[in-house]
Amino acid sequence: MADTNPIKQFEVHEVFPFEAFGLNLAFTNSSFFMMLTAVLTIVLFAVAMSSRALVPNRAQSVAEIIYGFVADMVRSTAGQEGLRFFPFVFTLFIFILVANMLGMFPYFPAPGAHSFTITSHLIVTVALAMLVWLTVIVYGVFKNGAKFLRIFVPSGVPIFILPFVTLIEIISFVSRPISHSVRLFANMLAGHILLKVFAGFIVMMAAGSASMGWGELPGYLAGIFPFAMTLGLTALEFLVAFLQAYVFAILTCIYLNDALHPGH
Amino acid sequence: MTHAPHSEVAQHVADSATDHADSGVFPPFDPTYFASQLFWLAIFFVILYVALDRFILPKIKTTIEDRRDRIADDLDAAAQAKADAEAAGEAYEKSLAEARAKAHGIAADTRKALDAEIAKETAGVEAELATKQEHAEAAIRKAKDKAFAEVRGIATTATSAAVAALAGVEISEADAGKTVDGLLKAKEA
Repeated sequence: MADTNPIKQFEVHEVFPFEAFGLNLAFTNSSFFMMLTAVLTIVLFAVAMSSRALVPNRAQSVAEIIYGFVADMVRSTAGQEGLRFFPFVFTLFIFILVANMLGMFPYFPAPGAHSFTITSHLIVTVALAMLVWLTVIVYGVFKNGAKFLRIFVPSGVPIFILPFVTLIEIISFVSRPISHSVRLFANMLAGHILLKVFAGFIVMMAAGSASMGWGELPGYLAGIFPFAMTLGLTALEFLVAFLQAYVFAILTCIYLNDALHPGH
Repeated sequence: MTHAPHSEVAQHVADSATDHADSGVFPPFDPTYFASQLFWLAIFFVILYVALDRFILPKIKTTIEDRRDRIADDLDAAAQAKADAEAAGEAYEKSLAEARAKAHGIAADTRKALDAEIAKETAGVEAELATKQEHAEAAIRKAKDKAFAEVRGIATTATSAAVAALAGVEISEADAGKTVDGLLKAKEA
């Protein structure tokens, strides 16, 4: 029986129970997709770079283009010193990108028999955003000491509004992990719900027309409209999947730039 | 599955299903698996980071740099070859110009030598001709003088014979000679 519940795709299923320190650390379908993301990325890059040809083949070319894309992004936003964080930014970008793309499969041979978008769970995006935020603080203080506090005091601001601006800067800095994580989470969640809602309309129309005594066929024929919508939304979601990975990575670069150059 | 807080109603639902997600909590906000997700995310994110940082990214980096170096080397080699070719061309031009100058020198020398020889031969021939002319002129003058001398003798004899025949007067040879000389002198004047 077709399940039209658009929330079902976000369910977590236990695969192997595992408990430690009194916490439930079971290996779930979420863990499975995290593993798949990491393994797929490593294997694809390893295969792409296996020949290391002077004239690259298609796979190697793609690997080098992604490398250049992220390197340019880091260099243009965080400067040459920012390249020290290049592996970190690259890992974040490729992890989120591959996870988002794996989430685009409607069905998947995975536990629960459905695809799972790990970035559609707030705890995951919060963890990644906090990792960036704490990296900025720890490295900023380590490199600049007390001068790191200058990120809260922009230069060239008149003295009588400086306390107000500083307050705003502090609030904006503290709220960074929230906006950073919720942006990715909400985009993936909303997009995937929308996709499944429209896909569910096709099944619901068929069931509806059957219950009216017209048979399923008129419902399926009318289902061409939600199907067209689903098709368009799928293309849009591929764009969002890439764009949100890009946005997350470029915001990471901008935040790291604060740690590298706190004076603005 | 004893750790998730369930209400009385939800417990009934959970009993009939196998998933916690059926407990009515919106799955992305269900804290049941927060610890699990953080734990496995940390593991796989670190694995991915280490693999990329240690193996894959350096590999891509060296590949791109090798290619850049190779292209730069090839460009350098091409520039070197071009410079070599230009140098060879210059050397060729130079040797050609030298050969041309040398040929000009040889031609000029030859011409000079020939001119000198021609001048020498011409001078020799002219000198010879001049001496021959001198000899000839001397011979002519001598012959002329001799002829004149003979003319005087004949004239003297003729004079005395004419005088003897016309006047019947016998005149000495000396007087006849005197008269002839006087006539010759008058003719010359």
